[in-house]
Amino acid sequence: MKHVVIIGNGIAGITAARHIRKKSDFKITVISGETDYFFSRTALMYVFMGHMKFEHTKPYEDWFWKKNRINLLKDWVIDVDFALKKLVCQSGCNIEYDDLILALGSRPNRFGWKGQDLKGVQGLYSYQDLELMEENTTEHAVTRAVIVGGGLIGVEMAEMLLTRNISVTFLVREGRFWGNVLPAEEGAIVERHMKEHCVELQFNSELEEIVSDDKGRVKSIRTKAGEEISCQFVGLTAGVSPNIAFLKESELETQRGVVVNKFLETNQPNVYAIGDCAQNTEPVEGRRSLEQVWYTGRMMGETVANSICKEKTAYNPGIWFNSAKFFDIEYQTYGTVLPDLQLGERAFYWEDKTGKICVKIVYDESTNVVKGVNTFGIRMRHQVWNRWLHEKKSILYVLEHLKDANFDTEFYKKYEKDIVDKFNAENATSIVLKRRNWHRILGAG
Amino acid sequence: MKSIRNIGLGLFLSGFSIFIASLFIGKYSISEERLSNLYDSTEEIDKGDTIVASLTKAASEMGLINKEFSSQFTFSSTLAELFKKSNESIATQFILDEGITEEEMKGLIQISIESNSVVYSESLVSVIFPENKTKQKLLIDNTSWMFVENKEYENTADFKNDLGNKVNEINGKLGQEYFIWDNKYSRFDFVKASLFGPVHDNKGLFLLLTFGLCIIGSLMYILPGVVLMGGPGIKNDGIYHDASTNRGWIGILAFGFLFFFYILLYFYPWLIVNWTSIVDPIKGLFVEGAVASQWFLYGLLYCVAMIVMGIRMFVKYRNNRYQIIRTSSVLFFQIVFAFLLVEILPLFDLPAMDLKNAWPLDFDMFFDWNVKGHLDAGTVGIFMFVWGIVFSVIVIPVMVYFYGKRWYCSWVCGCGGLAETLGDPYRQLSDKRLIAWKIERWMIYSVLVFAVIMTIFTGYHSYNEVINPDMVGSKDVLFGLSAYNIREWYGFLIGSIFAGVIGTGFYPILGNRAWCRFGCPLAAYMGLVQRFKSRFRITTNGGQCISCGNCSTYCEQGIDVRAYAQKGQNIVRSSCVGCGVCSAVCPRGVLKLENGTNDNWSRVEEPVIIIGNDGMLEVTRNAPEVAEQ
Repeated sequence: MKHVVIIGNGIAGITAARHIRKKSDFKITVISGETDYFFSRTALMYVFMGHMKFEHTKPYEDWFWKKNRINLLKDWVIDVDFALKKLVCQSGCNIEYDDLILALGSRPNRFGWKGQDLKGVQGLYSYQDLELMEENTTEHAVTRAVIVGGGLIGVEMAEMLLTRNISVTFLVREGRFWGNVLPAEEGAIVERHMKEHCVELQFNSELEEIVSDDKGRVKSIRTKAGEEISCQFVGLTAGVSPNIAFLKESELETQRGVVVNKFLETNQPNVYAIGDCAQNTEPVEGRRSLEQVWYTGRMMGETVANSICKEKTAYNPGIWFNSAKFFDIEYQTYGTVLPDLQLGERAFYWEDKTGKICVKIVYDESTNVVKGVNTFGIRMRHQVWNRWLHEKKSILYVLEHLKDANFDTEFYKKYEKDIVDKFNAENATSIVLKRRNWHRILGAG
Repeated sequence: MKSIRNIGLGLFLSGFSIFIASLFIGKYSISEERLSNLYDSTEEIDKGDTIVASLTKAASEMGLINKEFSSQFTFSSTLAELFKKSNESIATQFILDEGITEEEMKGLIQISIESNSVVYSESLVSVIFPENKTKQKLLIDNTSWMFVENKEYENTADFKNDLGNKVNEINGKLGQEYFIWDNKYSRFDFVKASLFGPVHDNKGLFLLLTFGLCIIGSLMYILPGVVLMGGPGIKNDGIYHDASTNRGWIGILAFGFLFFFYILLYFYPWLIVNWTSIVDPIKGLFVEGAVASQWFLYGLLYCVAMIVMGIRMFVKYRNNRYQIIRTSSVLFFQIVFAFLLVEILPLFDLPAMDLKNAWPLDFDMFFDWNVKGHLDAGTVGIFMFVWGIVFSVIVIPVMVYFYGKRWYCSWVCGCGGLAETLGDPYRQLSDKRLIAWKIERWMIYSVLVFAVIMTIFTGYHSYNEVINPDMVGSKDVLFGLSAYNIREWYGFLIGSIFAGVIGTGFYPILGNRAWCRFGCPLAAYMGLVQRFKSRFRITTNGGQCISCGNCSTYCEQGIDVRAYAQKGQNIVRSSCVGCGVCSAVCPRGVLKLENGTNDNWSRVEEPVIIIGNDGMLEVTRNAPEVAEQ
């Protein structure tokens, strides 16, 4: 019987394992040195903040794996012999595979800053990072922290630290928050909200060096502009990179990540790469070659399982979607909204007077076809937006049926009328909102 | 702000300590005056006077008159004997007047036996009671079948036996309406009437020092949260770091208090008369001079706890209008329907009925006393009874069809109301494991079956009592089982132990919905409707779930919400009470409680491919999947 070995027990590797089990009787082994069991990486922040215990981050009970004949091995793989189809683990054991799935995940970026390996300096990605952060903030007196890099993990880290009464200074290289993803208006919402939570934001500010005390622990940082900020903790959250160091010298083709084609195949026979570590050289139109989010890891896992068990299947993640939460403000996006408008694109932007709720719809200025939406403080229905974007609906259609897409909790204030009124006023249109219709929502009529 | 909080905590703890201490500073003694107040409310010479006289005599024989006790434990330990003595002396007097005394029976036997054969006859009866026509008639009515012309005794022992049994039967019925039966109700009334001391003499002061301080302290603790907890949003920071909410020592202490409180309330109410006397002034607002029962104390505590912790809900969930409106609703139904109306209806000679309580949660709906109570109250009483049935049989399932059981469980119900307010800090403690779900299903439907059987028996009993009052034989026995026994067992096991001691007492251990999840038969009944015929569901928002686990962690019903959400499947579970917290705590906007269509495919089915994975959608369109185990 074929032996499928998966390195990595994150969402990509585990989804692959589950779907291989659903579709086949193959022997499955999942190897991870990080934890015994699959957990939700995105939930580590909630463990630190006391919302949950680590137990709660495990989506399946511990008996699940044995019952579904998925062997779990806690070990670090240190070498792969692709010719002999054999793995070498840190504990010394060798494992032979017929098919190998690399779901290696990422590591926080460290760009060679001086002092980046000091005590009290860390990123946040793994379970070990969480343990380290707990130790760094409880066993040492920390009153002030500096976070380097204005992205999602940075905001999460700021939120975590604030729950321990640690004040946070945020160094952001760009001129606005998450500038490589969010347009300016949306970035401004996050910026204002973080300030409300007493996060000190420094834009256009880069880390020069991290300064050590006499015990090898951080005592301050210096920015490129020469400012010194004393702090006892530094969070490095300037993005993540594929965790492929141990494969760099092997025959496996790697660039930034493990190079794969659209079938998620590497240059080695029977070896696939999925999730954060996969660098897709043939991404579908409009998608990037490295997409390090939960959802793509899950979809790649499902796809590779089908390739191994049924038929060779191309990875096609369809229409982009993502979501996040910045302190109290939720963010969702469907389709493509780039930080800056592209040629031939127009954007309609509506913001509530609280400055915490907004909708941005990007559409083609000649055809009116909608390309994507960003929402802050309003939940939108994935099913509906996915269909609209697939069916290339016009902005007029979308606004007319906007109530179908509302996914806010019952009794929440509705904003569709305000939104449509604003569009009508700006564009001299006379769109009339339609009532919510279940048949349309479900795509049944 | 922080110091206001600390002062509030201090005030609350002071008030709570005084509340606990007040239990131990009562004094108790029996006097004729107190006995008269309790048992003899009228001027005329009547039953009350007899009881008072008999109790006074028994008490003075036991040396209890005006003897001061400083503990309800030692005081109440004398009551069993006191009641027994009093009852015996009443019985003796009645036998003398209206029954057959031992002397009289001996005489009767003596003259009824001649040379080893029985010659008992009507004439002998008049010999023994030459003057007393009543006693003559009594014996003739009851023993004529034993007369020599009617029955031939082979030996005298049989005759003595028959006569002895019959006399016991006659005597046994005498004076019973004057007896003080030793049970928790009589004990409560007796101990309460015997109470004096600082609490009793300063009810208003103690009301302020206990309820007053606790309420003010709690609010001083809760309200600064508006500032201290930051802007509107989810406020779960530190819940698992806090000993009060992570089954730590504070949680264990809270459990200890709640547990013993319920044990005392249900089974030893006479030990907490001091607490009830603290709330006498409030009871007096409804009926002048009336004293509060343990149930009034409980009802008031219930409302106060719900209001104070409801305010906490308003602060904590002020970002969420669903939570605000829902909390307002449970507060309204508890205060108006479960408390005020229950106090006010009897003032108009109507049954004290909680009009929003539905069978089978309202398990005494068909008990004989309840049915009779409604019938005796005339048209309005009968209407109320019919309303109870219509509510349970029609309104409940129809509303569940349209809105899910949440409209009741987390918008109207009293048990749910307490769970959603006082119990909110403990919601994360419910067990999410699959094994817990299995136990839940066995347990809750067993209780539903028990409730149905109990109702059939009590219904049969009440039917006989009302429609068939002249029925020969036991009105409560069906298939050899007594309706009375079954309902007593139900009341004890389900009504008291499960709903009260476990349901609320175990909040800090099992989470706030242990009763609603494992025991409530109404929840079981509505759950069946919700699962199979309802428009309600928690919609999963396509592929947005990141399996973080907040939803499952904060589900008070122990539903593993994430297990569905991460598959892109909607959550349709019979146990869901629609509190809405899973949706509130979700960081990615994945969950929405809504009333949509009733079709199975859009409501319950697991999507073959979660929205987004277009490549897989294409290849699996024609290939059905094998379900995961």
